[in-house]
Amino acid sequence: MIRARINQIDVEVAEGTSILAAARGVQVKIPTLCKHKDLLPTAACGICIVRNKGGNKLIRACCTPLENGMEITTHDREIVDVRRSTLELILSNHPQACLTCGRNGECELQSLAADFNIPLESIKRYVKDVPRDCSTGSIIIDFQKCIKCGRCIQVCQEMQNVWALSFLDRGINTRMAPAGDITLAESPCVKCGQCSAHCPTGAIVENDETPLVWEALHDPNKICVVQIAPSVRVTVGESFGLPPGTNLTKKLYAALRRLGFAAVFDTNFSADLTIVEEASEFIERFVHQRGQLPLITSCCPSWTDFMEKRHYDFIDNFSTAKSPQQMLGVLAKTYYAQKLGLDPAKIFVVSIMPCTAKKYELSRTEEMYASGFKDVDVALTTRELARMLKQSGIDFLNLADGAPDSMLGDYTGAGTIFGATGGVMEAALRTAYFYATGKKLAKVEVEAVRGLDGVKEGTIDIAGTPVRVAVAHGLANVEQVLDRVRAARKAGTDTPYHFIEVMACPGGCIGGGGQPYGVDNERRKLRIAGLYADDRDCAIRCSHDNPEVIRVYDEFLGQPLGARAHELLHTRYTARPLYKR
Amino acid sequence: MKALTRQDLEAFARQPRAEPPEWIRVQLDTGGIAAGAELVHTALAAARDERHLAFSLLRAGSVGYSFADPVIEVQSAGMPRVHYGRVTPEVAAQVLDTHVVDHRLLDDHVIATRQRSTALALPVTHILVRDTGPDATSKTEFFQFSFTEELKRRGLAERVQVVRALDIGIYDEGAVVQLLPSAVTYANVLAPDVARIVAESIEGGRVVDDLLWKTPDKQVRIVLRHCGDVDPDSLEDYLQHADGYQALRRALFEFTPEQVIAEMKLAALRGRGGAGFPTWMKWQLTRAQPAPQRYVICNGDEGDPGAFMDRSVLESDPHAVLEGMMIAAYAMGSTKGYFYIRAEYPKAVERIDRAIQQAREAGLLGANILGSDFSFAAKVRLGAGAFVCGEETALIASIEGRRGSPSPRPPYPSVRGLWGMPTAINNVETLACVPAILTKGGAWFSSFGTETSKGTKVFAVTGKVRNAQLVEVPMGTTLREIIYEVCGGVLDGKDIKAVQTGGPSGGVIPVQHLNTPVSYETLQQLGSIMGSGGMLVMDKTDSMVEVAKFYLKFCVDESCGKCAPCRIGGYQLLQILDRISRGRGNADDVPLIRRICVAMQKASLCGLGQTAPNPVLSTLRYFNEEYQAFIEGGPSYARKMSRVASGAAAANAPAVAPARPLVAPLPTGNGGAI
Repeated sequence: MIRARINQIDVEVAEGTSILAAARGVQVKIPTLCKHKDLLPTAACGICIVRNKGGNKLIRACCTPLENGMEITTHDREIVDVRRSTLELILSNHPQACLTCGRNGECELQSLAADFNIPLESIKRYVKDVPRDCSTGSIIIDFQKCIKCGRCIQVCQEMQNVWALSFLDRGINTRMAPAGDITLAESPCVKCGQCSAHCPTGAIVENDETPLVWEALHDPNKICVVQIAPSVRVTVGESFGLPPGTNLTKKLYAALRRLGFAAVFDTNFSADLTIVEEASEFIERFVHQRGQLPLITSCCPSWTDFMEKRHYDFIDNFSTAKSPQQMLGVLAKTYYAQKLGLDPAKIFVVSIMPCTAKKYELSRTEEMYASGFKDVDVALTTRELARMLKQSGIDFLNLADGAPDSMLGDYTGAGTIFGATGGVMEAALRTAYFYATGKKLAKVEVEAVRGLDGVKEGTIDIAGTPVRVAVAHGLANVEQVLDRVRAARKAGTDTPYHFIEVMACPGGCIGGGGQPYGVDNERRKLRIAGLYADDRDCAIRCSHDNPEVIRVYDEFLGQPLGARAHELLHTRYTARPLYKR
Repeated sequence: MKALTRQDLEAFARQPRAEPPEWIRVQLDTGGIAAGAELVHTALAAARDERHLAFSLLRAGSVGYSFADPVIEVQSAGMPRVHYGRVTPEVAAQVLDTHVVDHRLLDDHVIATRQRSTALALPVTHILVRDTGPDATSKTEFFQFSFTEELKRRGLAERVQVVRALDIGIYDEGAVVQLLPSAVTYANVLAPDVARIVAESIEGGRVVDDLLWKTPDKQVRIVLRHCGDVDPDSLEDYLQHADGYQALRRALFEFTPEQVIAEMKLAALRGRGGAGFPTWMKWQLTRAQPAPQRYVICNGDEGDPGAFMDRSVLESDPHAVLEGMMIAAYAMGSTKGYFYIRAEYPKAVERIDRAIQQAREAGLLGANILGSDFSFAAKVRLGAGAFVCGEETALIASIEGRRGSPSPRPPYPSVRGLWGMPTAINNVETLACVPAILTKGGAWFSSFGTETSKGTKVFAVTGKVRNAQLVEVPMGTTLREIIYEVCGGVLDGKDIKAVQTGGPSGGVIPVQHLNTPVSYETLQQLGSIMGSGGMLVMDKTDSMVEVAKFYLKFCVDESCGKCAPCRIGGYQLLQILDRISRGRGNADDVPLIRRICVAMQKASLCGLGQTAPNPVLSTLRYFNEEYQAFIEGGPSYARKMSRVASGAAAANAPAVAPARPLVAPLPTGNGGAI
């Protein structure tokens, strides 16, 4: 234990605790712009400086561990003056565009500037004119607004192992940009949006497509339908001041209907459908030994993009089942349209997703047009939805509960946990167990795959055979799992895993790149708890028991993995290596 | 070369130095080469063959006389050994004809030795004359004529030659003569003294005491001990003529690692890269850290404008640096070392690379060196010329292949450095001191210097100075002594205004503080730093606002951009300085400058940002009135000043070395031979 004093308050913390964290423990707030709670300090901004008694230099609280006997002062005249000057310098290199910025009102720089009440133009503004990068259609980088804190780069390189972003150039010309000065679309970027989720300013934001949705909603010739992803229900409340994890499913149904959607569907329904297809695939491979093991989940578009670019030797292991977003889209324009006698050309499918990569997924391959039209027209992130609700004048929090439209709206607990890491695996195991044994799991909760550990492993007994599973989230954690499989392949030994779930974002979709700002592990836990609570409260907790899923097979799709299911609900993958070897 | 054994080295230590009787040594360092030393070497080789002469043509590094590049040293039978400066291929041919064939010294190119004597041990054969006043030429010729006439009168003209020297190592002391070969030197010689000198010293063999120059040379060459004497491309030369690897042998067989560290502690050597951290402590800390591997790195990323000490040492005595590194490695239990040298120093890289290869072939690198338990491997890594990569953590990042930007400390490299292992990073000059300390003892080393700063320091003195050169003086020597007594004072006899030390991290020291003895502490008290040893002399015509701008611009260009105070602060500061220098500043600008400077000093992550404001703050401290003049005088004043400056620039050499030189920061005033 380390004993020291911060502002004359005695503190006792574990060895290695930073001064910043130690101060937080005794209710002393040291401001910082670059340090993110869950990330390693980059020591870039210079705002968190403090003084240790006897030291002639100011030290950075974010990256300096507290040591025995330190006497830290966090605020005195000189410290605050230097902080103010540094903040002024940062603002002198930042465009004055707060009112039109995607982060207006939610910006860490803006709120710090407000706290310090910086006088206008005390230092002459210098912002280099650099065009934005809109190349991906998912994420927009506004280089001018970047304060070079380095969070996005750390996230992209360390947390996600993607290495799309890096620092280029030096001095005042230092830029955060794709290495080699190419566009983001040409880079290894997988559109996960974790950079935007961790950015303190408006430098990286989602591509705001709300105008397209407003346009469609106001178009009398369009029939707008909408779907809500599993995780959105427990996060959207944060944009309205509610604690993370607050489940607003029913209010969302009501609000979306008020926004003018003709039908409100739930992606949880198609998540159940995905599970039925995926579990069937697993049984094919595991029980009937047709196809490669391990089976690897594919509902995360960033992960599929990453796999096609970096791990294409696993293409044959990928579940060909489409993601819930795409399954719902194609059914809305086929099954739903036929049942109601609607012209699918007029149907406009909007999905509310936690994710920036979903914007990319909806035109990923030609299979995404299986209905004959673009199956999903626009994918909005949770943040965009919140913005639309605020614009619309709907008193969201005080709305009476609503209900989804039938046919594509009913969901089970298995569908809802899709939004958390391990959820897809848990849901699939519930169904696979039933398919293999004809029996219901005694305990549907698979604890081994829950929680925030980067890689989770477990063994589930199905009809006397142990099924070895692994769950990885955060793309940097994928490599070790796949490398174990590769090693076994090379050695010719039995595969270490039969089933692998991968989610690109830490925590799964609840930590998605399109979720409300301010994500950290504490929030991730609360959001996940919200989903598990929803699962617990569901009457039906296995996807194959979803009555609407059963009906859609009966009336329209036929058998899981059947011809029609294959045509509409499955896709293909292509190796797209980044670098020629 | 076959692998050496301990016994071989012991034999080298006993063996008397065998030298060829006749040789010419060409100083082929980057500065010399840029001034044409390779051409001189070629011309000498061709002329030797043409005239069937027998002397050996040797290669060496630089002795430090940058003002006189290219420099050659000639040893010919029956002649005093002399350095010739400003040697062109034509002059080289004359040297052969005059010196080697005719046994006469050549006028106007001889650089007098600094090893002056006070006793006439041998009969005089040559008299070097040089008037050291401001307009030297005519009086030098007068004295040459007078001496010659006097010698003729006494019938000595056949025996003694009178030669005009290029430089005599004493300045502003009237006419100075040096009697060769004994190097007895007389200063303030007046016309009536000529007859006395000839009668007393040349005929009588007695020293004329009232004229004798007794002040010993201010320089003490420890780091530069072999520079210009040994062939940097030859391990054999280093072994035979420079006690090569004897210090390593002593360390391995006569010292425990702890004893080596103790000897270093006794020497009290502090890091010569600028910060002055005790070297023994750095080694001790690295040694104390338990780890499977420890690294030693030689920091050869010298990047300050105007500084070329490290380059010169690497190019002139590479084996000494390698030997120093090996001793350091032995002391701290390391088996791998890296030389981090900037790619702009191709000669240094080439010579260190060759030294490593030669040492490997001779068994001085590799496993169980000289039969001891000590194994060591060394490698060169090139820096891409980013100034910030001289900072320890950035340097490590660069070696590891990452972007060269600094990381927060702690952890210090001695705890977690290269590849996460304990690492000691020592400057070139620091390592070059090590073999000398082990050979002559820590107590000997610490007998030089001041209470807190021991030993000697090499400075690269450039700018408006008469003799731009490398200078090695004991710590505690005053700035005035360095500039006036060693380097001959200000160019063209102008008045000095200030000296800039420590490069872009340092500050200016005005004329009233020139008597300050140089040490880490004293320079810091004056608002500057020791730094790696750049020393730039400025005369009355230099604008201090421009000087501040120049150094700041360097740091702004070289900022890695990682932390906001340095990245933006430096840029904004430069904008304000630029505004002021154009006469567009206003009264609020100076307080704003101070505020930004404080933010940079206090909140920057690494030394670059923390010290970048020093040139600005120190010029504000000592020359505030120049800033005020620009602010109050407005654009018309600024135009007037820029006319003055450009006029002065046309008349003189440029005030400061170019910011990013293509080859190397050559000293100014070397006759435009580049």
